[in-house]
Amino acid sequence: MIERALKGNEKYWGWVGLLLLLIGVGFACYIYQLYNGLGITGMSRDISWGVYIAQFTYLVGVAASAVMLVIPKYLHNYKKYTNVVIFGEFLAIAAVTMCMLFIIVDIGQPARVLNVLLHPTPNSILFWDMIVLNGYLIINVIVGWNTLLADKKDVPSPGWVKPFIYLSIPWAASIHTVTAFLYAGLPGRHLWLTAIMAPRFLASAFASGPSLLILLLLLVKSVSKFDPGKEAIQSLAKTVCYAMIINVFFLCMEFFTAFYSNIPGHMYSLQYLFAGLHGHDRLVPWMWTSAFLAVVGIFIMLVPPLRKQTAYLVLGCASIFLSTWIDKGVGLVIGGFIPNPFETVTEYYPTFPEIAISIAIWAIGALVLTILYKIAISVREEQQMA
Amino acid sequence: MKASRREFLKLAGVSALFGLGANAAFELLTPGALEASSEVAHGAAHGEAAEGVQAATRWAMVIDVRKCILQEDCQDCVLACNSTHNIPTVGNPKEEIKWIWKDTFEHLFPDQHSQYVDEGLEGKAFPVMCNHCQYPPCVRVCPTKATFKRPDGIVMMDMHRCIGCRFCMAACPYGARSFNWRDPRKYFEGKEAMLNPEQPTRTKGVVEKCTFCPERLAKGLEPACVEACKKRKSDCLIFGNLNDPESEVRKILRKRTSIRRKPELGTQPSVFFLV
Repeated sequence: MIERALKGNEKYWGWVGLLLLLIGVGFACYIYQLYNGLGITGMSRDISWGVYIAQFTYLVGVAASAVMLVIPKYLHNYKKYTNVVIFGEFLAIAAVTMCMLFIIVDIGQPARVLNVLLHPTPNSILFWDMIVLNGYLIINVIVGWNTLLADKKDVPSPGWVKPFIYLSIPWAASIHTVTAFLYAGLPGRHLWLTAIMAPRFLASAFASGPSLLILLLLLVKSVSKFDPGKEAIQSLAKTVCYAMIINVFFLCMEFFTAFYSNIPGHMYSLQYLFAGLHGHDRLVPWMWTSAFLAVVGIFIMLVPPLRKQTAYLVLGCASIFLSTWIDKGVGLVIGGFIPNPFETVTEYYPTFPEIAISIAIWAIGALVLTILYKIAISVREEQQMA
Repeated sequence: MKASRREFLKLAGVSALFGLGANAAFELLTPGALEASSEVAHGAAHGEAAEGVQAATRWAMVIDVRKCILQEDCQDCVLACNSTHNIPTVGNPKEEIKWIWKDTFEHLFPDQHSQYVDEGLEGKAFPVMCNHCQYPPCVRVCPTKATFKRPDGIVMMDMHRCIGCRFCMAACPYGARSFNWRDPRKYFEGKEAMLNPEQPTRTKGVVEKCTFCPERLAKGLEPACVEACKKRKSDCLIFGNLNDPESEVRKILRKRTSIRRKPELGTQPSVFFLV
């Protein structure tokens, strides 16, 4: 199986080489961070989590979204997803891998990370997050790999895999719910202290993950002989559309509660993000870009003649992917820390090494995905030839 | 081996500091109290006080704001703490390590700032520190029990267990926790003489905060900040046992009006401000 990842044309190796280069640069920066401490990042005593934890949060959503293929395929026997469900599962594997790496690079004493296992603490949500993320990774490795093995031999997946497939459905919901609980249970952080956090996380996950998957499938189609099928992609696009509308609806509810109640603490973070607070407005252009892209994305996905044209579909998916990335991968985590407990504003700017490390982790994810997709595509191509 | 009672006390205090022998220190500090609340002390090192059982001791700090604002330029409590606990002068406010520091009424009580009644307090700074909450959110979220509540109410840090995830910093609604963004020992280079050899320095990548000086409590002394304040005869800081109705803190809380930071969050701080 794995040998299929070792055979490729020049473009394939060029891409792998580029990823390795990015990983190398990031790794060097990580060594620098390990040596000097997290002071080399833009984080501070007020903004004590930054890009790393924000990327982690976003990618948990991408990982959870595989369930949007698994449910139709395995619960409703939706045949159009038969050939693409594996790509969703492999995307989940790559995303969870990135999640774990983003946690590791954020830790001040990474050598002590096993203390989480040595001193298990069920009252800490981080403890449960570790359990559900590792569990989800294992489930997807088992399911993905066995599905592919069965496909290769053109037989149905072995019966013992079925329970794991069904387990992956609630488990996907659990990873993003638990990740939302990391934030939603903290007193004194008004932006996060909301019961709708977990539902909103799931909605934005089911928009961002499948939109990324559509982009990936279109890319796969253009670089290989494997065709995921028009209907599969259009069905996914509808999922993205519904999920994104629900996500935006939930965001509007946050605005209503904060501004109609007129409670200062509840308004401050949203004010900071969308209008600026005490003269600090670094994230305002970002958040309005996110809002604009959300509207553009929803419009394209909602109108069938637009959605059915590949160029518009790409634009719509890219808009939604970027919109949710800014919302969750930038605004949510940073905005939650502003204002600080003294109601003053400290802003956050990521540093070069911090960004290089983040890019390297995305590159590791892309590399894992490339290898897994290369194997899956080769198997699909062999099937189509046969 | 001959060990005097004093040396034994010292040892017990230090081991209590690292959460190794909190039981022993507790027993020495308030003899007999352990039996009275054996359930509380059970598994004390990293445990929490059992619900419904009144612990014999709950250490608390009362800050007389009215007295303190008269001493505008005084930093005695802060400096005493810094030198006792080897807290570096970082310089960069984004990376500061703070156990006790002075801040203004508006910053410390952003929700209670009133346009008219606070005129006497406006812009005036007074000390603040970890609240040693009865229900500490930081302890609730810590994934390794590196921060934990002792039976005497002190919220403690095990700096050798902390992995530096900073979940506690996100959870603390009071901004009382500091992270070592860089190697703190670096700030003492060439100034090693300033270090207090009886107290540890920290390593990079761990969180720290006010501890109410348990190593001093174990010797029957008050926290370093309180001692410094008394030395100046300002008497703005009053430290004592909240669970003893006859303690100094309880007496003054009966007499004067006090407020606590963000009481609506239900954390039940052990730091009171007399206004």
